Amino acid sequence: MSVPLPPIDELIACPRCDTLHQCRVLAETERAACARCGTLLITPRTRSFLHVVALSFTAMILMVAAVFFPFLGISSHGLSHESSVFEAAMAFSDGWLAPLSLAVLLAIVLLPVARFIALIYTLWPLANGRPALRHAAFAFRFAEELQPWSMAEIFVIGTGVALVKVAGLAEISFGPAFWAFCALIVVTVLKTAFMSKWTIWEAIGR
Amino acid sequence: MTDAAPFLTATDAGLTGCTSCGRVWPAGTARCGRCGAHLHPVGTASLQPVWAWWAAGLIFYIPANLFPMLLTATLTGHQQNTILGGAVELAQHGSWGVAGIIFLASILIPISKFIAIAYLAIAVGTERRAGGHRHLLLYEVVEFIGRWSMIDVFVVAVLSALVQLGFVASIHPGPAAAAFALSVAFTMLSAQSFDPRLIWRGPTENE
Repeated sequence: MSVPLPPIDELIACPRCDTLHQCRVLAETERAACARCGTLLITPRTRSFLHVVALSFTAMILMVAAVFFPFLGISSHGLSHESSVFEAAMAFSDGWLAPLSLAVLLAIVLLPVARFIALIYTLWPLANGRPALRHAAFAFRFAEELQPWSMAEIFVIGTGVALVKVAGLAEISFGPAFWAFCALIVVTVLKTAFMSKWTIWEAIGR
Repeated sequence: MTDAAPFLTATDAGLTGCTSCGRVWPAGTARCGRCGAHLHPVGTASLQPVWAWWAAGLIFYIPANLFPMLLTATLTGHQQNTILGGAVELAQHGSWGVAGIIFLASILIPISKFIAIAYLAIAVGTERRAGGHRHLLLYEVVEFIGRWSMIDVFVVAVLSALVQLGFVASIHPGPAAAAFALSVAFTMLSAQSFDPRLIWRGPTENE
């Protein structure tokens, strides 16, 4: 290659197609996409750190409500039964399906909470203009890698499908936990939209 | 498409890009100094875990369809439903929408995913030109949609926890639930192991 490369720490390689780009700090309304495959590389937003921290706290509080309040109730022929989110996860707990209970609990409660904690740990100091904490890089990478495995929003859709199945069979009542879970999904989507990976990595690496 | 030419990749420049945070390091560096992720040079070695997880997912998809997903006991008797049987029954009751969701999430999407991942992995080894945008789009769809197949496992969990009305009606999970969850998890791992940078490498590498 005859073209001299800029210093290595000013380069960014597209994770989807390996094309090299030279990064620069963008204005808040600008976005940088890969020239070859179009993957968004840099999406800065003002005050995004503080927004993500605030939304993570909101999500944690909602999750506590979602786990401890009654989730759904059912009644038919004078018999009734109430179920919490925890019981839904524990539905597989008898017999050899037990590991599946743990997996469901991880996917809908434990991993989302772990991700919120990791994001707060990473972004709280950055939002206040302080240098990143010692294990911030590990915490943020942990949060990023676990994203596909935290499935709270899929659980909500699954609940909807289950309710349609039961609808003809019995009367259904919604507990506060159901609405907390729905709100949790909205908060999680907003949080993801406010995050700019590259900006956060730049701030951690500084 | 005649791309690849005007674009300098990290590999061409003797560098390795971090797939986790985008930082660039000299080729041969083992770990990203910024985020700590393992650095992988672009190469077909990454296809091995893709095929391994793919095969594991396919193996568990078979019992997931043969064994019952739901065991229902009502006043009128016992009933066992497989994935397909449950969807068919919903359709017969007139719940076309929900039957459609279940059919889509538990049958159509998993099978399409097996085909799509196999197609992408084979295309990398045998292509005559770089696959480009269409393959990347296919990969992103597979990566995005994979986790949504878990819907059926959660449906079973909610139903089994909720419908516990003694002799009137009670629902218990069947062995297919575990097999199906494993199958979905393995195909997710297979899709995650696939390195989309291979899509762009094309045959120019060999010339």
